[in-house]
Amino acid sequence: MFRKFCVFTSFLIIVLVIGCGKGKTSFTMAGSTAFQPFAEKLADQYMVSHPEVAITVQGGGSAVGIQSANSGAAQIGMADLVKLPEEAKDLTATVVAKDGIAIVVNPQNKIINLTTDQVRDIFNGKINNWKEIGGVDAPITVVSREAGSGTRSSFEQVVGNINLKKDALIQDSNGTIRETVANDVNSVGYLSHGLINEKIKPLKVDEQECISESIVTGKYKLVRPIFLLVKGSLNGEIKNFIDFILSADGQQTIKSNGLLPAK
Amino acid sequence: MITAFSAISVLLLIALFIINEGLPFIFRYGLNEFLFSSDWQPHLGKFGIYPMIVSSLWVTLGAMLVGAPLGVACALFLSEYVPKSIMNIIKPTIELLAAIPSVVYGFIGVMVLAPIIRNNFGGPGLSLSAGSIILGIMILPTVISISIDSILAVPRSYREGSLALGATTWQTIHMVTIKASKSGIIASIILGMGRAIGETMAVIMVAGNSVNIPNSPLDSVRTLTANIALEMSYATGLHRQALFATGVILFIVIIILNSMASVAIRKRVVKK
Repeated sequence: MFRKFCVFTSFLIIVLVIGCGKGKTSFTMAGSTAFQPFAEKLADQYMVSHPEVAITVQGGGSAVGIQSANSGAAQIGMADLVKLPEEAKDLTATVVAKDGIAIVVNPQNKIINLTTDQVRDIFNGKINNWKEIGGVDAPITVVSREAGSGTRSSFEQVVGNINLKKDALIQDSNGTIRETVANDVNSVGYLSHGLINEKIKPLKVDEQECISESIVTGKYKLVRPIFLLVKGSLNGEIKNFIDFILSADGQQTIKSNGLLPAK
Repeated sequence: MITAFSAISVLLLIALFIINEGLPFIFRYGLNEFLFSSDWQPHLGKFGIYPMIVSSLWVTLGAMLVGAPLGVACALFLSEYVPKSIMNIIKPTIELLAAIPSVVYGFIGVMVLAPIIRNNFGGPGLSLSAGSIILGIMILPTVISISIDSILAVPRSYREGSLALGATTWQTIHMVTIKASKSGIIASIILGMGRAIGETMAVIMVAGNSVNIPNSPLDSVRTLTANIALEMSYATGLHRQALFATGVILFIVIIILNSMASVAIRKRVVKK
């Protein structure tokens, strides 16, 4: 029994040591969960063409991205905020993609347009019934993200003066917001443009549709940039990797998976 | 010996870790302000968990109202009316309920229960009552199996004596059997309560999570556990410590419940 255990353990250790891949340049990316799946795809692509590089991608949220880039826990931090906070002033920030935030309702809802003021009033609890803005006579169920979410803070910054009403439902990811809105006829929420599907309906904001063209040209207002943050100046493999993301190939990957290219 | 101590030391380490992370925050922020303020706005540095405490208690109480009567009645029926051979099939089946992951319960709550509540009673559907009902079902296996064990532990002679005195089966059950197994039944309910107050995933999915002192069972609420799990991934600095402090409060509540249960169980042993 003991012998078997020893054999098994040494086997495990050998596998782990081999798995570590000595002699490679490796670096870590951490932060925004909205950009994480894209970063993973981009890293995979890059590692195929550059087998000597190993890239680890971690989530954690925009706040973690800024923090770990500062502390050195990750070489590249990812953040999806409209305005970078004070702590990020020593970091070199590169915009690698843009993401629209769509205001979404249930497809059965007849409303097709909201003004920014109406959005603000709904989320602040000043407008509580759809009939006040031309809909049916039914209470509005507001669905929001949890405190600290990059999507939520971007949304609140762009719309401005939001003090979320107390009885708003809180969901902890873009996906669960989508499910909640798809299930509740009277609800309204917001989520990343890349996650819109046929189960929910994005609204026009100030008569601008939430589609790629108007986001890129800047007509649609609810847009946030996605930053990659690096401590100090860009050089070496990290610069090569960021250049790859900004290249036509990298931007194509970003585009085909639902985010918008930086330029 | 070593394994026993390692289990205890793991428990101790967890307790120490939570207390070490959470207590400094409580002292700095003020216990009163932390427990009894209803402002939870981490980005403004306001951390009051009163709404979460109230919601946790309401959700648990609701779960008790759903789960305890159902569970105890089911246990009585299975142990007193149903032949033993059938009970031996039904009891393991009920205990299998405990093996269903809580995400699955949550999913059923979101897809089935929430729309029913929304369409028939109004409100957002994801609410205090949805959370209570789901939790009430989740604690059934705990309540039923421990209740059955304590009812079966009542000596045969008690029942026979009662029946011999001319009491009907029902009179025997509610005047003799329940009385004799009372502490075991109470212990089962308290253990179920511990499970309900600590449940996280299902509650996050069905309770709506707004930081709000509920005015009706149809309001959306956030429990202590949901608060920790929802915000942990993003929290840094003071906010993170506040979540650990929430954990300390939860820990204390659960310790109180569990010691109540063990006192109740000990009483039963002494009586025998």
